Amino acid sequence: MSVPEGIGSLVIVSVIVQYLRKFLDTKNRVPKWDKLLAQFWPFVGILYGIGAVLHIKDITTWWFWAGAGTFICYVVWQIRNFRPARPVLTALAPFFAVMFLNSLVAAIAPKFHKANNDYFESASTFIYLWMAAFLYVAKRQKKSEELLHLERQQEAEARKLIEARRSELEVLVAERTAEIMKQKNDLEKALADLKSTQVQLIQSEKMASLGELTAGIAHEIQNPLNFVNNFSEVSAELIDELDEERKQPSRDPELEAEILADLKQNLEKITHHGSRAASIVRGMLQHSRTSTGQREPTDLNSLTDEYLRLAYHGLRAKDKTFNATLVSELDPSLKPVPLLAQDMGRVLLNLFTNAFYAVHQRQKQDPSANFKPTVTVRTESTANQVKITVSDNGTGIPNEVKAKIFQPFFTTKPTGEGTGLGLSLAYDIVTKGHSGNLTVESQEGQGTTFIITLPL
Amino acid sequence: MKILVVDDEVDIKDLFEQRFRREIRAGEYNLAFATSGEEALTYLQGHASEVVLILSDINMPGMSGFELLRHIRSDFTSPPPPVVMMITAYGDSGSHEQAVTLGADDFLTKPLDFAVLKQKLRDLV
Repeated sequence: MSVPEGIGSLVIVSVIVQYLRKFLDTKNRVPKWDKLLAQFWPFVGILYGIGAVLHIKDITTWWFWAGAGTFICYVVWQIRNFRPARPVLTALAPFFAVMFLNSLVAAIAPKFHKANNDYFESASTFIYLWMAAFLYVAKRQKKSEELLHLERQQEAEARKLIEARRSELEVLVAERTAEIMKQKNDLEKALADLKSTQVQLIQSEKMASLGELTAGIAHEIQNPLNFVNNFSEVSAELIDELDEERKQPSRDPELEAEILADLKQNLEKITHHGSRAASIVRGMLQHSRTSTGQREPTDLNSLTDEYLRLAYHGLRAKDKTFNATLVSELDPSLKPVPLLAQDMGRVLLNLFTNAFYAVHQRQKQDPSANFKPTVTVRTESTANQVKITVSDNGTGIPNEVKAKIFQPFFTTKPTGEGTGLGLSLAYDIVTKGHSGNLTVESQEGQGTTFIITLPL
Repeated sequence: MKILVVDDEVDIKDLFEQRFRREIRAGEYNLAFATSGEEALTYLQGHASEVVLILSDINMPGMSGFELLRHIRSDFTSPPPPVVMMITAYGDSGSHEQAVTLGADDFLTKPLDFAVLKQKLRDLV
């Protein structure tokens, strides 16, 4: 048996196939073709065996190169998306082409082939070099591809990490937001509670001022009622006297006339004191009701006088040692002023109560007979405004306190004695309810004056 | 008997004059009236030792009844000192005690019971 030639080429091609399978990872990229490529060695073996048996001189003839070359190049071309496959193709295709031409020319025109053997050998050598060069390029490309792939993988991992962190942070943010929302709700609830408490306090301030009034009112009503009772009784006595006189044999017409005149006067007084009591009760009812909002023309002088006496008696009911001189200088030419009577009454009550408190404090500091506690109220009218002045010679207000007195809840009285709302309510009533002005002048240790100005 | 009545209510005058009309007509009592503590003191200074009895309200603006009482006890000491009775709406024991401490002879509450008052006056004589 003779050994066929061309076994070297068979081996080279087999090696190329093996290298391709490994380098291009045909198993994963083109699994179907890979199966066929795997059969190449056995195929080579069979071919060689057939050649040996059939005494074929050279197995690697032109059809071998054509077949194997086409097959291999086709498979590589299938993998052209994998960038390193392209230089592989550039390496192999010309190689197979040259080998194919070489064996074809040798088979078809042997004399021509022999004559130009040098050229054909040079071409073969050249193509081997070409193949090597491009396979090297392919190897470089594959490396850079792998690097790129690694980079991309690292990037993907980094991104995953960032995503994970982002999710974590989002959870944290959501938690924090929930906390803040809860705080906001708590604060809103606290604000609502405070607002309702404020309303309650203002109402209790009104009730407190009403309470201050009751003692004064009770006292104020008692006097007129006493007169009603007493004058009624006296009138009954007078009628008895008149009756007696009429039964007399000699009647005295002068006496009878006197008695009748007295009776008439008594009834007039009863009416007067009766309506005094009625108006005090009416005033008290008005004071407890909420304002209608409509300003009515009001006799400011009588309102002032009424509340002055009410405040005075109210304080006296609480503290019997309290006494003060009341001075009223009320402008008789004062015409009815459009007022919310109960609101303005509350203002006056507050100013009077404060004035009495101040002079009482001063008297406690200086109980000698030298100090005469005095509260003065004056009403004046000019062409376009009305001025009410409430002055006292009490303890006065220090400068740093003066700025705060109209603030809600500010008080200089001991705890429990004042809500601190009186002046702030008064200020609101005068400025917002009546478009007027409320100012204070004071000298510490000497006295205080509050001035209400109302536009007409 | 000269009686000075001190009360800031003006109608007290008519009331007393009618209540004591028989006594006044009979000359038993002579009533004078003052509507403030100051007025009362002025009257007392003008008619020293004439006034035997002073009936005073406690609750008055300006000089209170107690102030007046203090002045009467300090300024009008020439014997016999006038009898002073305090009249007031505040019937509490505190006021009563204070009246006694300051030298009041008696204490009456409003509304005045004129029968009681007349009895007290009769007892004075």
